[in-house]
Amino acid sequence: MSAATFARGYQALKENIDISIAAYFQSCVHCGMCADACLFYTETNDPKYTPIHKLAPLRKVWEQEYTLLGRLKVWLGLAQPLKDEELAEWKEYIYDSCTLCGRCSMVCPVGNDLVYMIRKAREGMAAAGHAPAGLIGATTRAIQIGSPMGLKWLALQTQIKHVENDTGLTIPIDQVGAEFLVLMSAMEIINFPEYLAAVAKIMKHVGKTWTISTEAFEATNSGIQIGASDIAKELVSRIVKAAEKLQVKTVISPECGHAYMAIRWEGPNLMGRYFKFQVKHILEVLDEFRDQGKLKTDGIFETARLTYHDPCQIARRGGVIEQPRNLLKLIARNFVEMADHGKMNWCCGGGGGVSAIDEAHELRTKVFNRKKNQLQELKVEKLVTACANCRIIIEEGFEAYQMELPIIGLTEMVAEHLVEK
Amino acid sequence: MNYTEFLLWVRGPAFHFATAILVLGLTLRFLEMLFLGSPRQYAAVRSNGIAGGIRTVISRFAPPEPGVFQRSWFIIVAGYLFHLGFFISFFLFAPHIILLKSLLGVSWPGLPAPVINIITIISLFAMITLLINRWYYPVLRFLSDFEDYLSWTLAFLPLFTGYLAFHHIWLPYPLMLALHILSVEILMIVLPFTKLIHTFTFIIARWTNGARAAQKGVQV
Repeated sequence: MSAATFARGYQALKENIDISIAAYFQSCVHCGMCADACLFYTETNDPKYTPIHKLAPLRKVWEQEYTLLGRLKVWLGLAQPLKDEELAEWKEYIYDSCTLCGRCSMVCPVGNDLVYMIRKAREGMAAAGHAPAGLIGATTRAIQIGSPMGLKWLALQTQIKHVENDTGLTIPIDQVGAEFLVLMSAMEIINFPEYLAAVAKIMKHVGKTWTISTEAFEATNSGIQIGASDIAKELVSRIVKAAEKLQVKTVISPECGHAYMAIRWEGPNLMGRYFKFQVKHILEVLDEFRDQGKLKTDGIFETARLTYHDPCQIARRGGVIEQPRNLLKLIARNFVEMADHGKMNWCCGGGGGVSAIDEAHELRTKVFNRKKNQLQELKVEKLVTACANCRIIIEEGFEAYQMELPIIGLTEMVAEHLVEK
Repeated sequence: MNYTEFLLWVRGPAFHFATAILVLGLTLRFLEMLFLGSPRQYAAVRSNGIAGGIRTVISRFAPPEPGVFQRSWFIIVAGYLFHLGFFISFFLFAPHIILLKSLLGVSWPGLPAPVINIITIISLFAMITLLINRWYYPVLRFLSDFEDYLSWTLAFLPLFTGYLAFHHIWLPYPLMLALHILSVEILMIVLPFTKLIHTFTFIIARWTNGARAAQKGVQV
């Protein structure tokens, strides 16, 4: 990536405007409904967090570059061109107070996909040098070391040894011709190695071949969160190369929301070509096993009243909505839904890279109030989710609000209920 | 120029001018938009998105989910009343149908004038409450700019002058009718260059959002 300058940022904003963005800006009637859908507004009551307002710089570029009237306004001195200071000011809106959750895109009466635009606006912000330091750090580590948290293969290798010792199972590494390539998120490697143990147990249970790659084990993609397509492409290409080298049929995205979006949905577009392999979220794979009758559960059901938190990029922006519910019904007797769930779920407050932005910590803790209220209304005894980042954010939120509720990853929960073979 | 001459002018040259600007303006704005192109989709999609796109164009006419309705009920209810009233009084008022028949060559049954009258009153009332809400509600006060108030005014005037002309209130009928037609012509001239163009662009907005989501397997 070349040095960040305002000119590069402006160019990136310009290049990312397409038909849909032009239609969105022309269609917005300032009804304010997107504010009511955004937890950064609902939990602060501050109008500056209204999603469409977060797009003011992008709107300016569209109007002044791609409309006759906009050009005329600048020419006549009736409108001011975009300035670097405006982009600097908008960092708070485009990064700190947007988790790319996409709830606003669900409610807009004219149909605007606002989060699509925020994602594009981040391209301009990063190129102009206005990305948050936390995300720049994560992205730099991802490119230079291979993981946003600075983890090298050695770290995963250590965890693999622990998992192998604990489970007595062998974790296959660089197995050419395996059916599945299993990816991990850095958060799982550090905080939730039980995910890997669960995958190993499930794969043995269903009798499928799988492997971890020493060259591409990290699924997360800071390039997408920060809005740097060139970096995002480099990170995706590592996975693509490894998957093709190992000749796997399917790459499994881990319990991480944006990793799924990055490799499943944005990945092929970043690479500019179709993939020779399939990309599936672990929950999709598990639900397929269930559907094929391969998951033999022990018949002991979870009896605790529990609910499922839909990670935004997996459900609303990823299309994996029914699968976790099918799996939960298989193992839990007392599964209840939050009032807004599935594609209308509320974000944990830390998605879209917000969890990596230090200066956003206070704000995201404040907006976690939404999730806290959702859970308290439901009076559940356990929370299940499928994203390591959501899990950490929710745990931090519970700590901040002095709330106690056990959280578990769904893959791990499924693994716990399988009969030993 | 007397009232009759004014009425003839708004019905003749002014109407032709407004129609020309509307058509040329819309053509320009759509060309500006279409030339931007759309990125290609390489991800293996769950559906081609066509049905999903069409579904979203239609489904966002329907009231949203209860959770969304609860939070935004006022704007939704008042928005519905205004839009429905505007279109019913525009398309189903007998004199308008006669005019549209002369222009388009097709006609359809209208609603009785007293019904149109009530609908117009409801629509006007909804518009006034929407304006008050725009001042009162912090998010809308914060977001609103000149164009929002201009758009409101330009949408309000045809309904308002139409109501006054129908009831022969305030100004002599020929003058009020001429002002009513003129207000529509101003709306036609300004529409392509303001957010009033959402009358047409919402289809592309809903379509692209719905199609992209449907490709991922989500109905938005």
